[in-house]
Amino acid sequence: MSESVLNSDKAMGRSPAESHSPKGDGMRGFMSSSRSDYLLVAVFAAAILTMPIWLAPIGAGYPDILQKFAIFGIFALGFNILFGFSGYLSFGHAAFLGTGSYAAVWMFKLLSMNALIAVGFAIIVAGVFALLIGYVSLRRSGIYFSILTLAFAQMSYNLAYSVLTPITNGETGLQISRSDPRIIDNFFGADAHRLRVPDFFGIELQGWPGFYFCAVLLILAFFLTLRIRNSTFGLMLFAIKSNQNRMNYTGFSTRPYLLAAFVISGMYAGLAGGLLAVTDPLAGADRMQWTASGEVVLMTILGGVGTLLGPVIGAAVMKYLEQIFSSFNEGVLHRTFDFLTPELQDIMVTITSPFVGEGWQLTLGLMFMLVVIFLPGGIMEGIRRISRGLRRDRRDDAAPPAHAGH
Amino acid sequence: MDAIILQILNGLDKGGAYALIALGLTLIFGTLGVVNFAHGALFMLGAFCSVTFARLLTISERVRDESVTFFAAYKEVPYLELWYGETGKAIVEWAVPLSILLAVPVMLLIGFAMERGLIRFFYKRSHAEQILVTFGLAIVLQEIVKYFFGANPIPLTAPPALAGSADIGALFGASNISYPMWRIVYFLFSLAVIAAVFAFLQLTTFGMVVRAGMADRETVGLLGINIGRKFTIVFGIAAVVAGLAGVMYTPILAPNYHLGMDFLVLSFVVVVVGGMGSLAGAVVAGFLLGILQSLASMTEVKAIVPGIDQIIIYLVAVVVLLVRPRGLMGRRGVMES
Repeated sequence: MSESVLNSDKAMGRSPAESHSPKGDGMRGFMSSSRSDYLLVAVFAAAILTMPIWLAPIGAGYPDILQKFAIFGIFALGFNILFGFSGYLSFGHAAFLGTGSYAAVWMFKLLSMNALIAVGFAIIVAGVFALLIGYVSLRRSGIYFSILTLAFAQMSYNLAYSVLTPITNGETGLQISRSDPRIIDNFFGADAHRLRVPDFFGIELQGWPGFYFCAVLLILAFFLTLRIRNSTFGLMLFAIKSNQNRMNYTGFSTRPYLLAAFVISGMYAGLAGGLLAVTDPLAGADRMQWTASGEVVLMTILGGVGTLLGPVIGAAVMKYLEQIFSSFNEGVLHRTFDFLTPELQDIMVTITSPFVGEGWQLTLGLMFMLVVIFLPGGIMEGIRRISRGLRRDRRDDAAPPAHAGH
Repeated sequence: MDAIILQILNGLDKGGAYALIALGLTLIFGTLGVVNFAHGALFMLGAFCSVTFARLLTISERVRDESVTFFAAYKEVPYLELWYGETGKAIVEWAVPLSILLAVPVMLLIGFAMERGLIRFFYKRSHAEQILVTFGLAIVLQEIVKYFFGANPIPLTAPPALAGSADIGALFGASNISYPMWRIVYFLFSLAVIAAVFAFLQLTTFGMVVRAGMADRETVGLLGINIGRKFTIVFGIAAVVAGLAGVMYTPILAPNYHLGMDFLVLSFVVVVVGGMGSLAGAVVAGFLLGILQSLASMTEVKAIVPGIDQIIIYLVAVVVLLVRPRGLMGRRGVMES
């Protein structure tokens, strides 16, 4: 895993300092999209599309989990456009994820099982919703902004469970059924009353086709994020993050930029929510709960705030923990430690068992704390430190006297 | 009218819990400048102090049940009851309020350990990072509790003398309103704790330093006062306040491991509505939102505005933040970039 990440990190060709305070040499990169950017996207695309091969050895080579990697990668990428680029910490992004899911399922019910229509509608609805919430929330900054977004998300969640039951189907969740109208499908004479899985112009999006559908959208989303970061708009967001007052004094109105970032980020979340519905046509309110919002914050931090690749990696690591670690039980642990003597094996299993299975969130919490304490830049910073260390070692090997001379 | 009084009463005990948690949050934020997302977890730990204490008291021995004569029946009798008879039995029954004795030292220690071990390294880091690390800590704490106590809620009972309902209608000159006595006890208890915290801050030299620290931390430091040590104690006190709120809440709501998270979000909303850094604001907003929430859950109100009970707290928070960004009683310049 780390090799391809390292490669693409190098291909980024930009140090962390530049991405946080872009000036001087970094400017050139922001204004034009250079060849190295295309190289980065190409490497990223290759890495994502070959995930089934190189993730198989760690037990993640099956479509269900890879889909989750891709979908939550998109969610975290979008969240990072707001939090990573402009510094505004939203604690209510799950609201857009949930809205996207509901919108997509409604498209399945009303128009067609075509995933493209559903996903497109999910993006639009989430975008409009984000526009409304963002317009109000962005009147405040700092923790007040966080609380406002949290309040809106919790209101959406509570309403989805209670009053909005006609739209959301309450606790049962919104599902497709035989009696749905599905106007377009019916018009084209497909036997619409048969329950079908979402498709992409005839290709049923289940199993591997489902993963590749999500993967292609992730690559597109990644490309778009890269373009945003390199644009003047991206530069504005970084400037807002480093010093909003100075921006205001120079005569820029920062609100429109922030609102645009908020809406774009909400649309990414809507896309992710729509894709969740594509892979499993069911939408429930629990996707909107504040813990789901917390989850995307954790993913982004874990991977590396403000970096391009970090959120995707963070999302994958977290979903991996959730899916794989939670399925570990004592039997698996015994097999893992069977190279030890039986006594040592028992001791190791006793020590490790609280951290897997039911307790995987303990591992998550600990890992998260360690990252925030020791590696505030997340996994990306860790990779950077290691690669810098390796480079220094090589240099030291090449010229040992220079080092000894001091 | 009776219904309204009843709903206001209903709001008071919940409001008391909100107020106590928000009070600790504000105390920590005002002095240490730290946004503590693990404060809900402290509330939950307090509740589990109560569970632990009740379990300790009811360590039992199997003895022959003399009341059954047909066959050899056995029953579990707590050692306390075997050793001390009626007194022991009373102690077991009063486990919840008595667990305050355990909760105060334990929560104080937990608070000290948290501040010394983790929080003090985050004074100089951004609020976002403080939120994130304490959020991580909250997850760890609740998972530990889940590991030892399981995922199901553990019901505890109030002492029999306080378990029934009280006829308090006479107090208001209204007809008979009966109301669970423990909820009234909880309300009075929360008032007492709040009064104790305020008295401590207003009447002692230590409290004076803390208040001065809340107003201007740097100047107090420049005057040669070791503010770091004081802050550790403040954190401990805040932990105790949250813990006590949790201990006494157990008969009202059976505690489970994610109790803290449920209360955390609402408490943050309470703090923001009250005004970041304002102790009085936290208390007022806590009771206000508790009462508003229960008034909104009246069927008459729900008939006019459907779903209002689900969103009232958040709606109030949004309106307050937009109309009065500093909250009801907030000071200027707190948490503003």
